[in-house]
Amino acid sequence: MSIDLKTTSVDPIRKTFDHIAAKIGPDKAATRYQEAVWGLQPIVNQHYRPTWEPDKRIYDASRTAIVMADFDDLVDPRQYYYGTWTIQRGKQQNSQEKNFNFVESRGLLAGLDAAWKEKIRRLVIPLRHVAWAANANNNFIAAYGFGAPVTSAATMQMMDHLGIAQYITRIGLILAENDPAILDDAKALWMDDEMWQPMRALAEESMVIKDWFELHVLQNFLLDGTVHPLVFDKFDAAVARHGGAAFSMMNEFMIEWFAEASRWVDAVIECAVKESDANKALIEGWIAKWTPRVLGAMQPLGDAAFDEQGPATIDEITDRLMARAGKAGLDV
Amino acid sequence: MADKVFIALQNNAEAQPIIEAILEDNPAAVVNETPGMVKIDCPGRLVVRRQTVEEKMGREFDLQEMQINLISLGGNVDEDDDEFVIAWHT
Repeated sequence: MSIDLKTTSVDPIRKTFDHIAAKIGPDKAATRYQEAVWGLQPIVNQHYRPTWEPDKRIYDASRTAIVMADFDDLVDPRQYYYGTWTIQRGKQQNSQEKNFNFVESRGLLAGLDAAWKEKIRRLVIPLRHVAWAANANNNFIAAYGFGAPVTSAATMQMMDHLGIAQYITRIGLILAENDPAILDDAKALWMDDEMWQPMRALAEESMVIKDWFELHVLQNFLLDGTVHPLVFDKFDAAVARHGGAAFSMMNEFMIEWFAEASRWVDAVIECAVKESDANKALIEGWIAKWTPRVLGAMQPLGDAAFDEQGPATIDEITDRLMARAGKAGLDV
Repeated sequence: MADKVFIALQNNAEAQPIIEAILEDNPAAVVNETPGMVKIDCPGRLVVRRQTVEEKMGREFDLQEMQINLISLGGNVDEDDDEFVIAWHT
């Protein structure tokens, strides 16, 4: 007797949910990211208006001046949803933990020149307060933004900043051989030292911005886009050149994270710019409005890090940032 | 036979961006979807480009990661960091 093997294939009637198919077409397989974020946030049938803002709905597209036909278009190119994001951050946390332990157990910071240690203490450790402001601001975007792609990514951005604040704290403790006074000292610098006051004023002002997209441009594009390259690229490299490669090891997460998060920040801006000229003009206006303030706040930090080289370094960082804006379709 | 190459990948979420990238980079490719497997036939030459896969996937991708979801292929392979090319070297 011969057995004839046959295969029968059963085509699924639907490849994905109807609301996803409406965006990508019925024949395409949706990614998990698309299924995770699109249509997640309710846009209709919100019966009750919030008592704390009765002229708006709970989810209301008019909380920003940016207009999109569909806010679900503001997708994250990293395709992060809870699963992919936690797996990635879990890996990075392991590696970061190993770096900290290695630097600590081998006493690698001991060999660093006292002058450079002092620079780290004055420039890097107070950044935990800047990171906290970034955390609060992204919290705002997550709370008042419109569409799950942007609000979920902002939630992750917010947690990332909290992580960065904790890593900076850790660096401070390692630097001070676990004497927590270095943190009080950093707080005092943040509150009273002249070099930090323009940054603190800006951070506090950013916390009362009501337009969440404007806040995205200021916090995630302009502020992160200057602070991170200055401290975790330029300054980090300078410390490494002066015998502080161990400091660089402890910055591994911040360096990786900035390159990755910038892709999301730029993609959201680029998508809004492509949508309409009105959006483009708005974003250009926000950049024009906030850039001088940001640079004013960066100047003392640049001087503290690089002395007379400070202004040139800030110029270079600004050029890089404006090149990013150009790539996103802005004329700035 | 010798004018056609193919690559067969598992039909899962991880392979989806690779499949999309292949279809984008090889306009002549033909897809055969079965429940567990996606077989892509292409006349002459088929290329998997790292950069395109990375765009679709949203993260860095090492072409060797494709082996995890690779079932089979037909053709001679020419591989470097950026491209995985299948063609018959006759």
